[in-house]
Amino acid sequence: MIKVGLFIPCYIDQFYPQVGIATLELLQKIGLNIVYPLKQTCCGQPLANSGAEREAIPICKNFVRNFSEFDYIVSPSGSCVYYIREHYNILDQTDQVKKVRQNTYELCEFIVDVLGMEDLKIEYPHKVGIHQSCHGLRGLKLGMPSELVAKQFSKVHQLLKKAKGIEIISLGRKDECCGFGGTFSVIEPEVSVKMGKERIRDHQINGAEIITATDMSCLMHLEGIIRRQNWDTKVVHIAEILNCNRL
Amino acid sequence: MIGHSEKAAQFLKDENRADWHDQTLWMVRQKRDRAAWSVPEWEDLREEASQIKNHALSNLDNYLLQFEEKVIGNGATIHWASDAQEFNDLILRIIQKNGAKKIVKSKSMLTEECGLNPFLEKNGLEVVDTDLGERIIQFRNEPPSHIVLPAIHLKKEEIGELFEEKLKTAKGNSDPQYLTAAARSHLREKFLAADVAITGVNFAIADTGTVVVCTNEGNADMGVHAAKIQIHCMGIEKIIPGTNELAVFTRMLARSATGQPITTYTSHYREPKAGGQMHVVIVDNGRSKLLGNETYRNSLKCIRCGACMNTCPVYRRSGGHSYNYVIPGPIGSILGPDSDINKFKDLPFVSTLCGSCTNVCPVKINIHDLLYDWRQEISEKKLLPLSKRYLMKITGIVLAHNTVYNLSGKVARWAIRNLSGELIYHRINVWGRERELPEVPRESFKQWYRKNTLERRSVNEQG
Repeated sequence: MIKVGLFIPCYIDQFYPQVGIATLELLQKIGLNIVYPLKQTCCGQPLANSGAEREAIPICKNFVRNFSEFDYIVSPSGSCVYYIREHYNILDQTDQVKKVRQNTYELCEFIVDVLGMEDLKIEYPHKVGIHQSCHGLRGLKLGMPSELVAKQFSKVHQLLKKAKGIEIISLGRKDECCGFGGTFSVIEPEVSVKMGKERIRDHQINGAEIITATDMSCLMHLEGIIRRQNWDTKVVHIAEILNCNRL
Repeated sequence: MIGHSEKAAQFLKDENRADWHDQTLWMVRQKRDRAAWSVPEWEDLREEASQIKNHALSNLDNYLLQFEEKVIGNGATIHWASDAQEFNDLILRIIQKNGAKKIVKSKSMLTEECGLNPFLEKNGLEVVDTDLGERIIQFRNEPPSHIVLPAIHLKKEEIGELFEEKLKTAKGNSDPQYLTAAARSHLREKFLAADVAITGVNFAIADTGTVVVCTNEGNADMGVHAAKIQIHCMGIEKIIPGTNELAVFTRMLARSATGQPITTYTSHYREPKAGGQMHVVIVDNGRSKLLGNETYRNSLKCIRCGACMNTCPVYRRSGGHSYNYVIPGPIGSILGPDSDINKFKDLPFVSTLCGSCTNVCPVKINIHDLLYDWRQEISEKKLLPLSKRYLMKITGIVLAHNTVYNLSGKVARWAIRNLSGELIYHRINVWGRERELPEVPRESFKQWYRKNTLERRSVNEQG
C-alpha cells in the first residue's frame, strides 16, 4: 500500500487545525494510509520570500528528513507545495531531496491527478466563490491563468462543481491576487488590505456566501479584513468543503 | 527618499482616485487579453519573440557592428555613449555644433533614464515633449507614472485646469477632444519651429541600419519631417537581426501595451532627408553589465510595452510615482536595483509574487522569479534593516527545530488569546491596523493529532 505523508504548514497547524483535520479525514475516507510525521515544522517559504533563502536551509532539511520516506506528500497549501517543488533547488540534490520535490502535491491536484478522482460525493448547498490562490494557479498550474491564451481549466472547479447543491459564482476578475503575499502583507499593509477588500467585494457583489481557496494564507488575510469590517461573508478552506462528503 | 510603501499609502488615501486608477488600467489589461486572444498562435509568438531577443542579446557584439556599418552606409551618423553623462554631452554637442536652439522630442524612456531634458534646459535650450501625455507631465514638471501612458495618474479635469493655465483654454472645459485639439495646435507651432527632433527607438534593425519608432500620435514623424536634424536614441538592447524578426514584435507590442492590433504609426527611419542630418546614438548606461549578469540578463529582453504594469495589482493600487525609479512596476523593480541597489532595495519587495507579470510579458521575462532573486541578493548583501535580519535569524531557528517551534506556537497562541486587545493591536502590529488576527485555537493540529490519533491508537492497541 502506498504511504502518504501529511504536511500541515506551520500557520495552519497553529491557527487553523480544523483545516488539517479536514485534510486528514478526507484522505482517510478515501482509504489512504496517511501518516503525519510529528517532527515537521514549516517548508521554509516565509524566510525565503523575505530574502533569507539561506537561513531557510535548515528548515528545508528538516522537511526532507521528515518526509523522504513517503511515496507521496500531500498538503492543503498550494503555496508551500510550490515552494518545495520550485525552490528546494538550493539544497544539495540528493535522492531524498529529489524524491520529496517530485512527490509533494497540493490536495486538489493530488486528488485529481494522482488518484484520478473528481466526484467525491460532496453535498454543499451554498453559494461559493473560488479564490484562485496565485502560487497554486500560476505556480502549480492548478488551472489556466487568465493571462495565457490557452484552453481554460481549473482543477479546483472540477472538484467543486460535482458537489450536490453547490452554486459556484462567477467573478469580475477571476484570478486576481488577494494581496496577502507573505511578508508583503506587513511590508505594504495599505496596498495589501486594499487588494484584499476588492477581492472580497468581487465575491460579495456576485453573491458568494462563502469564499474558498486552496490556501489558508489568502483566506486568513481575507478573513482578517472581513471580521474587522463586520461583513458576513465566510471563508472556508477547500479541504473543509471536500470533507463534507458521503464517501 | 520616501519608500514605496509610504508613497503607496499616500496614493491610497484618495480612495476614489485609487479605484479609478485601478479600473482604468484593468480595462487596458482586458483589452490586452482580447487582443492576445485574437491571435491563436499568441503563446508561440511569445516564445519566438523571447528566442529572438535571446539570440540578439547573445550576438549583440556582431549585430551592433553590423548595424553601425549599415547606418553609416545609409548616410547617417552613429554615436556611442557609455553612460548617461556621455550621452547627454553628446546630444548637446550635436545641437550646439549646429547652432540649434529649439528641440522637439517624442517619447523615449532612455532620455528619461539619462535625465536629458533637465540637462539640455540647464544649457539654455528649449525641449518640448510632443507626446500628449508627456507634454502634460512636462507642464507639471513631473516624471511619467507609466512608460506607455505617462499621465495615467491624472484625470481629465486636472488636465483641463493645467491647460487653462498653460495653453489658455476655456475655464472649466475638460472635454478630452477640446483639450487634445488645444494641445495639437500648440504642438504644431513647436514642430514648425524646431531645429532638432529627438526620438526614442523601439527596434533597431541590424541588417538594414533602420530604426523603427512606434507611436499613436504621429508625433515622432511630425518632428522628424519638420526639423533639419533628427536624433534617434537607443539602448544597445534594441537591436534585432532583420525585418522578419520585426514582424513578430510589431504583432505583439501594441497588443500587449494597449490592446491595439498595431500602433497607429510604425515609422522606419533609414537615411537623412535632403540637406538634413540623421544621428543614431547607441547607449550602454549599465546594459552591458546587466548582459553579463546571468541571473538578471533576461530583463534586457524588455520591449517596454508596459503590460506588466497594467496587470500588476500592486502597481494599479499604488501608482507609478510610488516606485521612485524611472521605470515603475514589476520590470522597473528589477531594473531599478540593477542601476542602484542601495537606492532601490525596497522595490523587489513591492510585489506579492503573484506571477501575472510573467504571464503577460510578450518576451517571456520571468519577472516574478527575478524579483525573488533580487530579494535573496539584497538580503545576502545585508541591505535589509538590522531588525529584520535578526527577526529572520530567530524565525529560522524556531522553524528549523520541532521542539522550539511547538513551544513558540503555544506561547504565541496563549498570548493572542489572553493579552488585552490594546496590547495585541498596538500600532507596531502592522497586520492588525486594518485586519483582525485569526481566532486562535487552544490546540494546534499537532496537539490534536497526538491526542486523537496516536493516543487513541495506543489505547486500542493496549485494549
